[in-house]
Amino acid sequence: MEAVALKERENQIHVKGEAPFDIVCNKDSLAGAVSQRACVFCGSRVVLYPIADALHLVHGPIGCAVYTWDIRGALSSGPELHRLSFSTDLQERDVIFGGEKKLAAALRELIARHQPKAAFVYSTCIVGIIGDDLEAICKSVEGECGIPVIPVKSEGFKGNKRDGYQAACDALFRLIGTGDTSGISNYSLNILGDFNLAGEIWMIRDYYERMGIQVVANITGDGRVADIRRAHGAALNVVQCSGSTMHLANMMEEKYGIPSIRVSYFGIEDMAEALYDIARFFKDPDMLERTKKIVEEEVKKLATALEPYRKALAGKKAAIYVGGSFKAFSLVKAFRLIDMQVVMVGSQTGTKEDYLELEAITDPGTIIVDDSNPLELTTFLKEKEVDVFVGGVKERPIAYKLGIGFCDHNHERKEALAGFEGMLNFAQEVYSSVMSPVWQFVPRRKSAASPR
Amino acid sequence: MSKNPPTFAKPKRPNSIATTNACKLCKPLGACLAFKGIEGAVPYLHGSQGCATYMRRYIISHYNEPIDIASSSLSEKHAVYGGGPNLKLGLTNVAAKYRPALIGIATTCLTETIGDDVAMYLRQYAEDTKGSVGLPTFVNVSTPSYSGTHMEGFHAAVREVVAQLSEGGPRGETVNLLPGFVSSSDFRLLHEILADFGLGYTLLPDLSETMDGPALLEYEKIQQGGTPLANIRAMGRARATVEFGPTLDSSITGGDVLKEKFGIPRHRIGMPIGIRETDVFFRLLEDLSGRPTPEKYAKQRGRLVDAYVDGHKYVFGKRAIVYGEEDLIVGLCSFLTEIGVTPVLCATGGTSGRLKEAVAAVTGDTLAEQPQVFEGMDFFEINEIAETLAPDLVVGHSKGYPLARKLHIPLIRVGFPIHDRVGGQRILHLGYAGAQQLFDTVTNAMIEKKQDDSPVGYFYM
Repeated sequence: MEAVALKERENQIHVKGEAPFDIVCNKDSLAGAVSQRACVFCGSRVVLYPIADALHLVHGPIGCAVYTWDIRGALSSGPELHRLSFSTDLQERDVIFGGEKKLAAALRELIARHQPKAAFVYSTCIVGIIGDDLEAICKSVEGECGIPVIPVKSEGFKGNKRDGYQAACDALFRLIGTGDTSGISNYSLNILGDFNLAGEIWMIRDYYERMGIQVVANITGDGRVADIRRAHGAALNVVQCSGSTMHLANMMEEKYGIPSIRVSYFGIEDMAEALYDIARFFKDPDMLERTKKIVEEEVKKLATALEPYRKALAGKKAAIYVGGSFKAFSLVKAFRLIDMQVVMVGSQTGTKEDYLELEAITDPGTIIVDDSNPLELTTFLKEKEVDVFVGGVKERPIAYKLGIGFCDHNHERKEALAGFEGMLNFAQEVYSSVMSPVWQFVPRRKSAASPR
Repeated sequence: MSKNPPTFAKPKRPNSIATTNACKLCKPLGACLAFKGIEGAVPYLHGSQGCATYMRRYIISHYNEPIDIASSSLSEKHAVYGGGPNLKLGLTNVAAKYRPALIGIATTCLTETIGDDVAMYLRQYAEDTKGSVGLPTFVNVSTPSYSGTHMEGFHAAVREVVAQLSEGGPRGETVNLLPGFVSSSDFRLLHEILADFGLGYTLLPDLSETMDGPALLEYEKIQQGGTPLANIRAMGRARATVEFGPTLDSSITGGDVLKEKFGIPRHRIGMPIGIRETDVFFRLLEDLSGRPTPEKYAKQRGRLVDAYVDGHKYVFGKRAIVYGEEDLIVGLCSFLTEIGVTPVLCATGGTSGRLKEAVAAVTGDTLAEQPQVFEGMDFFEINEIAETLAPDLVVGHSKGYPLARKLHIPLIRVGFPIHDRVGGQRILHLGYAGAQQLFDTVTNAMIEKKQDDSPVGYFYM
């Protein structure tokens, strides 16, 4: 039988229980392997995208901007500038003679037109090659227009998606510390790494407010420039999706002495743990009491609501392939909560520590994989007889083509899956795919056969 | 309509420096789609990893089908020292894992800017791998995204496939059809029509199966279907080439290559959308096959005319904004004007310089006044002037939804991408059958709008 993976990728796949854990990760994607990863630009765009009152100008040829036009479910409670796609749309003559003039003119035009509170200027591949001085252009336009104009060093080829997260954090860090922090409570925090998909950050903020905590800045779901500028006044950084914004939390700790807590908002267990961790941090007995009450109330509501789903889904098999591995931990636990079995789990950008943790929380025989590709994924799905695959848009047709259920857990989704309510939505999502009668017709079911 | 139709102002062409909400996609995406329509082919992007992933996501969201696009995954050091080694490694890896018949390599803005010579790398690769068996055929195309749109990329890939693979020889009996970028259902219809005329033919590319396949037991590394390589090789011996695309540059298409290189007569016609443009296509097929139009199509045409008559009052005088790919706009304008709808704005992100003339050619004898035709437009600019045009409907792909929503008028979804409905690949545009679907869709949208807007709540229209 043909090998599942290219030889160079074999050490990026691990089966729990088969060998000592030694997965290789965080390396460049192998040429020709059809990685599911994107690029540095993508990483930056994902993190900064939801800042709704900022101008997001992509400096480069049209592709990078047009493929990221309003594709994410990141909602705003006010301005919606982030939903527009701005590009300098560089042409051949710009590539030859440089794109600086066009960039400056485009910035002036767009700032005058939309009155944003700040502008982010994203570098794309060729900007790094033609040598446009983004720093200088941004500085000069900033001086003219009186708003922060921040270059994002996101040339696509200069690393992978993680480097893009870092570039976004660097850009955010330039904004932080420039606002007035007066009036911020001692019981306050910033939410890092939630992107308000389908309104999730509103649910999370509600929990914090019920606990008696002031949320200073959303970084970046439903984000506002003014909030981010004063984020250094918060007492705590709560970091979810640690891959994308941990770097920012670390920089803020170093410069402003703000400690951080890593959390996940997915699944009852992790959501409750997140609230308790935060309550314990503030060392306030009343807050801890309030937190207990919130968790109790929410869990009580959920337990009964989840029961029918758990009954129906018990014993079904799930596979997970997501961008960041932190989400994968929560998903493993969330599936366990509804008695489903996770048989494969992987991510585009996990670190060695992440995979170690995954290997610790999964059952023996579970496949753990870094930076996978369609051919490997289909082999795993078939081999493990999976009932539902959790991933993003790129993974969806792989599952569907094989007649396997699918749950979208990426940035494009329109369903809130975080928080306590999110767990119920998640169970409903999984249920609505796994239990559909359409699978009776797909070739992998024996009953499917032909019309006669 | 009143006897004296109202007059409307003609807005000036807006002219922004920045592009906001582009009405075009980048060149390599078109090339990948064209390569995907070749049997056993894997599209390959020589560039950084993101391009391939972004395009896959974009294409998947329309077709709901797998599409694997390989990449050289260039990193910083490759950008400095040249992407040759990674290209070769990537080709070897794709050849090993996919066992493709063909790898279609398109460049990106990165590799074009660093000056990678893909043709030279491929010659070196052929040298390096001399004597190896089972290696695929390679076709390469230059698709810098800073010049042209996805349509230029699509046609450039078709041209390079023909230029690099087709062979001459004694003239055969087959006909080449290069339809451009149409839906999977359109490709299936073209197969049916050509077969019904009894023609031997090569349809290049062919997305009828590769991007609209059945549910499967075994995942196919490369989806079945697509134009067979043997047929592509034989295209140099065909007796005629039919090419859809009135706005194409008439020196750089696949049809031009076949004409220049092998002396094959080339027939350039519009996309057969609506009765008149389909008649042109069928007349050409009659000439090429020496057969009359089969009864089946005469009947389809008859039913279509009957439907036009039944519904004409609902659509007469309605004003349409049409946007998207240039050749599609031309076909749609021909269709819309023949049913009594007035295109008032034709907007494209493309810049062929030929759209205005091509629209006039198909609408001139019907329209009293030509629509505004603007190239190099984006959706911000379309939005700026849309309201002043008092449109009744918007015709184009999903990205015009915000415009239609703002104006509270129907969006007639056609072309690519359809990201907010299922079945984009099954929208039929071509032939009498396509016109029938389009007509029913447009007419029902007008009826629905009237019905919804009416305080009475008629349910007998």
